[in-house]
Amino acid sequence: MNMTTVVLLLSGVGIAAFYAGRSRALRLGGGIDAARHLHSLPGYYGYFVAIWATLPAAFVLLGWLLVRERLLIAWVVTGLPESIRELPPGQLDLLLNNVLNLAVLPDAVAADPVIAAATEHYRAAVEISQWSVAVAVGALAMLGTWLALRLVRPGFRARNRVEAVISRFLVAASSIAILTTIGIVLSVLFEALRFFEQVPLHEFLFGTSWSPQTAIRDDQVGSSGSFGIAPLLAGTLLITLISMLIALPIGLMSAVFTAEYSTSRIRGVVKPLLEVLAGIPTVVYGFFAVLSVAPWVRGLGEALGLDVASESALAAGLVMGVMIIPLISSLADDAIRAVPDSLREGATALGATRYETIVGIILPAAMPGIAGGVLLAVSRAIGETMIVVMAAGLAANLTANPLEAVTTVTVQIVTLLVGDQEFESAKTLAAFALGLMLFVITMLLNVLGLTFVRRYRERYE
Amino acid sequence: MTASTDETGAGPREATTGPTADAIRETCIAIRELDAWYGDIHALRSISLDIAYGEVIALIGPSGCGKTTLLRCLNRLNDEVEGARVAGSVRLDGQEIYARPVDPVALRARVGMVFQKPNPFPKSIYDNVAYGPRIHGLATDRAQLDDIVHVSLERVGLLKEVRDRLDEPGTDLSGGQQQRLCIARTIAVGPEVILMDEPCSALDPIATARIEDLIDELAEDYVIVIVTHSMQQAARVSSRVAYLNHGSLIEVGETNRIFTNPQHKLTEDYITGRIG
Ligand SMILES: Nc1ncnc2c1ncn2[C@@H]1O[C@H](COP(=O)(O)OP(=O)(O)OP(=O)(O)O)[C@@H](O)[C@H]1O
Ligand SMILES: [Mg+2]
Repeated sequence: MNMTTVVLLLSGVGIAAFYAGRSRALRLGGGIDAARHLHSLPGYYGYFVAIWATLPAAFVLLGWLLVRERLLIAWVVTGLPESIRELPPGQLDLLLNNVLNLAVLPDAVAADPVIAAATEHYRAAVEISQWSVAVAVGALAMLGTWLALRLVRPGFRARNRVEAVISRFLVAASSIAILTTIGIVLSVLFEALRFFEQVPLHEFLFGTSWSPQTAIRDDQVGSSGSFGIAPLLAGTLLITLISMLIALPIGLMSAVFTAEYSTSRIRGVVKPLLEVLAGIPTVVYGFFAVLSVAPWVRGLGEALGLDVASESALAAGLVMGVMIIPLISSLADDAIRAVPDSLREGATALGATRYETIVGIILPAAMPGIAGGVLLAVSRAIGETMIVVMAAGLAANLTANPLEAVTTVTVQIVTLLVGDQEFESAKTLAAFALGLMLFVITMLLNVLGLTFVRRYRERYE
Repeated sequence: MTASTDETGAGPREATTGPTADAIRETCIAIRELDAWYGDIHALRSISLDIAYGEVIALIGPSGCGKTTLLRCLNRLNDEVEGARVAGSVRLDGQEIYARPVDPVALRARVGMVFQKPNPFPKSIYDNVAYGPRIHGLATDRAQLDDIVHVSLERVGLLKEVRDRLDEPGTDLSGGQQQRLCIARTIAVGPEVILMDEPCSALDPIATARIEDLIDELAEDYVIVIVTHSMQQAARVSSRVAYLNHGSLIEVGETNRIFTNPQHKLTEDYITGRIG
């Protein structure tokens, strides 16, 4: 009996249990006007019984699926002759693998009698275990149904029980997100710690040169690798700065326009357009940067007699700025519109013009929200990968000149991990250290930004 | 509907009643056949009303009858509302405020407004009061501005309460103090008329009494148009009362007479609590 059948049967039992529970509640409650005598709606009694019928059995099934492989192998190993059990672990594993592979092929018979015997043994074990699990699950489902049905009485608080189970499920679902986050952070952290065993922390933080090529074979020359993060941070910062110089004024002004000046009709057109801008995949911005903006910046620079690298911080920053405009404008628009109308009218009634009202009253009142939005935008810019991978280049220059090629933390993570890697090398582990760095920076910015946004929201409750 | 209107300042009865009856002189605001709409909603219907210097006039009427709308027509605040329209004439000192050359911004410096809910700016107490004088360039230096701020706060009786904390946010004051701050902010600009839209409805009885006393004092210098839902308040602070219903002016007259001897059935129903 295979697992799919078991699951299907269990579902059937669950459905039957639901109807059994419900009809029992209806009967004990007195038929037509049962609802008045029952504590909960009849359906809740059905759900209650169904839960008891399926949930314990489902847990057993799940538990079995988790340990199944290991149990079966242990079972096969005990059946092997002494001489083979004493083999070194590597060889034993190989043999077991053979057995497992053979076992899934029907009618396959191994040449080696030991393996053939083990395969038979394994097949039998699978068969027996599946039957016994099916029986156990079935028995549990019956037992659960029977016990739960006995509890169904008119005064029984089925709704409360069912809702308690539901709330457990909700808690479980939300813990998945939290646990995943914690898991990712921890794994990045541990890999980063391994990196710092090979490269000292101060060298990573304060070194001014980045060239992660380490010798893979002993006879290679010249690439000892240096892991100073400064050029990467400088490049990240430079591009972020350029993008904010574009996005901040334009985003803010467009927010002021949509929130304060436009009629609701214009607003209805402009807002969705900005959201389209926000929905463009970054890779599209990326090739826009490479194919259009970079040559344009270069051409303009040449016309002015400047020396512009073909992949410049300026081009990447400009395009990233455009990408961030909608983020800033929508957060600032929210902040501005959250300023209560009473303030607007108060200023207007004092004889302030619309411009005076905006500059003197609205923007200061909205400032915490706007600042929070800007911090979120900065963290977005720092973490942005695709545009810079495509347009900023790989050269780890420690420079403040926007016309040169620079590289960023995210770009380096990508290049470190693309292609075949040796997992133990400092070069690969460096990606985790960079990731940790990036995570810490953007997390701080996000926390700060969200604090601002939230405090501001509370102010006008 | 016709409005039975007392001629302001006429008749011996007028001269013997109300704290400000002596001061009633000439017409300050003349409203003629004023209509107002919000989109399709006809909020005011052919209102004609004279408001004289030296008087406190109370607008009463059931919810939604157009009291706030009428106030907001007097400082053209409804210009800012999308879909709002006005027809008819409002003259301030004989000058048509809806005429083309009139700048609503300049008008609002002459016709101040206090709102239902205190709405101090999220700035310091000082800056709240200084905001109007600053945008209108009323002070040439800091000393002069200080002076305006102090006089205005003194005028609303707030100075002694906040003298030491002018730098603190105006939003930290109590509700009643906030409302007086808003009045101080309004008079700092030096208006002729102060419009008040249910200025006490968000306040407790003690704060309300303070504001009512203040209105009595301010009545010496400003024309005050106050919207109120409280008959007692109208009786206490106003010299005349105008009753609106469904966007029409039903009756206007000297306060005592309206409350003791309303001419119109609707007015009577309203003040005796049968409608509204
Ligand atoms: N901004 C607006 N948009 C659309 N309709 C409005 C607007 N403001 C007021 N109205 C409508 O105009 C009419 C008059 O409203 P107004 O606010 O002047 O009444 P009110 O007498 O002040 O009422 P209340 O005593 O409840 O404050 C009402 O029918 C109201 O629904
Ligand atoms: Mg109103």
